Amino acid sequence: MSRSIALLICLVGGLTMLVSPFLPMATGWANEVTDWFNILAAMAFVLGGGSLLKVQLMRLSARGPGWGYSAVTLLAFVVTLWVGLGKVGVVADASAPAVAWSGKPDDEGSAFWWIYLYVMTPITSTLFAVLAFYVASAAFRAFRAKNLEATLLLVTAFIILLGRTFAGVVLTGWLPDWASGLRLENLAVTIMDVFNTAGNRAIIIGIALGVASTGIRLMLGLDRSYLGGDA
Amino acid sequence: MSDVIANQSEPTQGRWWIGLFLVIAVLVAIRAGIGEGMGRVYVQTESTSYVSTEGEGGRVSWSAVPGVTEDSVTIDRDVFRTAGQYRAAEAAAPGQQAIRLSWDRTIGLWLAAFFTLAVFSFLAGDNPAYKLTESIVIGVSAGYWMVVAFWETLVPKLLAQLAPDLVKAWCMPNLEGGAFNPVALVPLGLGIMLLSQLTPLGRHVGRWPLAFVIGTFAGLKMVSHVESDIIEQVRATVLPLVVSSEDGSLAAWASLRNVLIVTGVLCTLAYFVFSVEHKGAVGRAARVGVWFLMITFGSAFGFTVMGRIALLAARFEFLFIDWLWLIDPKGERGMSVVAAVMQSG
Amino acid sequence: MSGTLDRRWIYLAMMLAVALPILWNGVTGKTFPESPTPPSQACFDAIEALPAGSRVLVSFDYDPASEGELAPMATTFLRHLMHKGLRPVIIALWPLGPTKAEETIANVMKVDFPDRVSGRDYVNLGFQTGNEGVLKVIGTDFRKQFPVDRSGTPVDRLPIMEGITKVGDFPLVITISAGYPGGKEWVQYVSSANPGLVLLAGVTGVQASQVYSYYPGQLRGMLAAIKGAAEYEALVSAAIDGDRVTAPKYTEARRRMAPQLFGHLLLIALIVIGNAMYFAQRRCKAVAP
Repeated sequence: MSRSIALLICLVGGLTMLVSPFLPMATGWANEVTDWFNILAAMAFVLGGGSLLKVQLMRLSARGPGWGYSAVTLLAFVVTLWVGLGKVGVVADASAPAVAWSGKPDDEGSAFWWIYLYVMTPITSTLFAVLAFYVASAAFRAFRAKNLEATLLLVTAFIILLGRTFAGVVLTGWLPDWASGLRLENLAVTIMDVFNTAGNRAIIIGIALGVASTGIRLMLGLDRSYLGGDA
Repeated sequence: MSDVIANQSEPTQGRWWIGLFLVIAVLVAIRAGIGEGMGRVYVQTESTSYVSTEGEGGRVSWSAVPGVTEDSVTIDRDVFRTAGQYRAAEAAAPGQQAIRLSWDRTIGLWLAAFFTLAVFSFLAGDNPAYKLTESIVIGVSAGYWMVVAFWETLVPKLLAQLAPDLVKAWCMPNLEGGAFNPVALVPLGLGIMLLSQLTPLGRHVGRWPLAFVIGTFAGLKMVSHVESDIIEQVRATVLPLVVSSEDGSLAAWASLRNVLIVTGVLCTLAYFVFSVEHKGAVGRAARVGVWFLMITFGSAFGFTVMGRIALLAARFEFLFIDWLWLIDPKGERGMSVVAAVMQSG
Repeated sequence: MSGTLDRRWIYLAMMLAVALPILWNGVTGKTFPESPTPPSQACFDAIEALPAGSRVLVSFDYDPASEGELAPMATTFLRHLMHKGLRPVIIALWPLGPTKAEETIANVMKVDFPDRVSGRDYVNLGFQTGNEGVLKVIGTDFRKQFPVDRSGTPVDRLPIMEGITKVGDFPLVITISAGYPGGKEWVQYVSSANPGLVLLAGVTGVQASQVYSYYPGQLRGMLAAIKGAAEYEALVSAAIDGDRVTAPKYTEARRRMAPQLFGHLLLIALIVIGNAMYFAQRRCKAVAP
């Protein structure tokens, strides 16, 4: 019963979205349903937090290897929640200075803002920045012109890397106007405009066809994997 | 090629990195002792007084006034000031307190520098500093997203529908007084069912909001992908293969460009058709498609490298400008250490 | 080169290739000249073409992880819009987007355009969960998705929102995008459904090659990675500052092009060396009995 209701809900939700572009009177309904979807997405953040809490508490109680790090994660999570939900250090908004809770949680000077600026920002941005080192190392080890395909990839990468910096101007800026299409910066534009556009366009069309067929399978209940095995 | 890249043996590695960290620590200590030092954050408290006026419909609005009055409400905010502004204020009035050192923000800055270096330390291998940083960011991120979802979506779009007067009195005083909206009970109910997945009882009920999300998402995606990524992209590929200039002559480059795009899309699609064996004409087309794909991946690689280096540059800028005060491209402190050293040299 | 190379030498080389140009730039203040590519020029032209007072929807779809590439774009977009007398309505599809927007507002509006008032000349409506769900709703009912601004003031009371009922009421939409949801979703859900609307995107390097396929049809202009940001920065500086010195906060992307140059050169050198070693080794194996 639970499974049948779920399949019906899936079908109705999907159909509402599908018919709305064709039936103007269904637009309001589709917006209402999408709005519920968006609110559920906010609930999913809460679910994610709850799930993290559950997993870390289990690791902590099991006292397995690295349980100290679980304690750190839990502490960081709880402190962030407390200062954010409690608007610690937030002053009232200028539009309603008499209401203490009217300020935004991430206002400059608040504890939540402090966490954003001095904890979230440096860690997340450095985690991405470190990839520059790994890309360099991997390129040295694995980027080999072994055959025609690999050579094409490599030469394209060189043109983009040179053409998108001042190196392109220095190396090929001397070419006369009638050969300006061969300047590295112009070659980089041509690659993006012609070859990259064609290749990516085929990928995009292929993905779209896949999305459409998967959507139909889900709505018709042919793909039920999201319901779990024992449903 | 496995011998081309090789890590040194573990003990040597450990000593090498301990040595490097010690060198960094000594350099930072030396840097802190030179000139104006480094890594300090200054603030100034800005006080603003507001008075209220009642407008049409009893709506209260607040406006800033120059001085403090009996019926005014004053709000104090600490705002950033640069080291240059602090120095200028000190020169004008030694011992002034208007612009002052912010201990919490200064500690935050040093902590941010520590986190940055801790993440970089992963290049040497997994270590406690990196693990600690990783644990912190997992907890903080989950908490951060929950808080943002609560204040930006759940309060204005759900709670304000269910209990408008309560929300208005509590945290959204500018909210128009509305009535209870029973339709909002639907997402509330679905949300509670979703959260029940955290409990053993919620396994069955939790499927319904999941089915709702998946069905809605599938419907949303189908419409947009067909419209934007199939119809519009095919339309953009239907190009004239022979292009004429304004004077009627053949526009060779424009024609060649269009031929390449149309050929490229068709050949690449041929490569993705796996229900037909890649032999004969299809095989040759698929091979050309692979060449287009390789050029596409090469350009993607080039752009990815570009992105990663930009992010790395931003982190170094943080260390050199905000923390170490080595350079001063924004002119916030008047003179950078590197420039001073170069000038004295 | 003795056949082995510790990867930490590569890391050190990359560190120096990026760090030294930053220090050089910090001392000299010099940047490379930039000539705009067509997608960057199209961004500039689309904004220039709007009459003063027009409302522009700007979506901050990124977080600190990508700010090295995208923050300079955001700063320059807002500077250009404010200088032209346009009125940005800011939203975010990423949870940390509103905070990035507040930072940019503090950096641009509050310092260089102090006479502009929030709610009349610009507004930050904040973040909403739902990714493409948000885009679907604002396609026909903007206020349902963004009922209040970040201060909790209903949008019905904001002068800047007068007459705006759906996303198609904006003549121009800009997304500053780090991934999903971002440039691609704006094309799929907004641009394709509103043929008259002009969509511009500032995207990260990782996204650039995918999103390029939508240009110039469904996406009228695009800033691709830090180079796109530098080109656009140069265009805006030339239009606003002329011969005057540009404030350093508006040259951030151009300053980053120096480390970019040396980083790219190092990478090319590494690939060439790696290949040379590979082919030399292969030849040795082939010659050996």
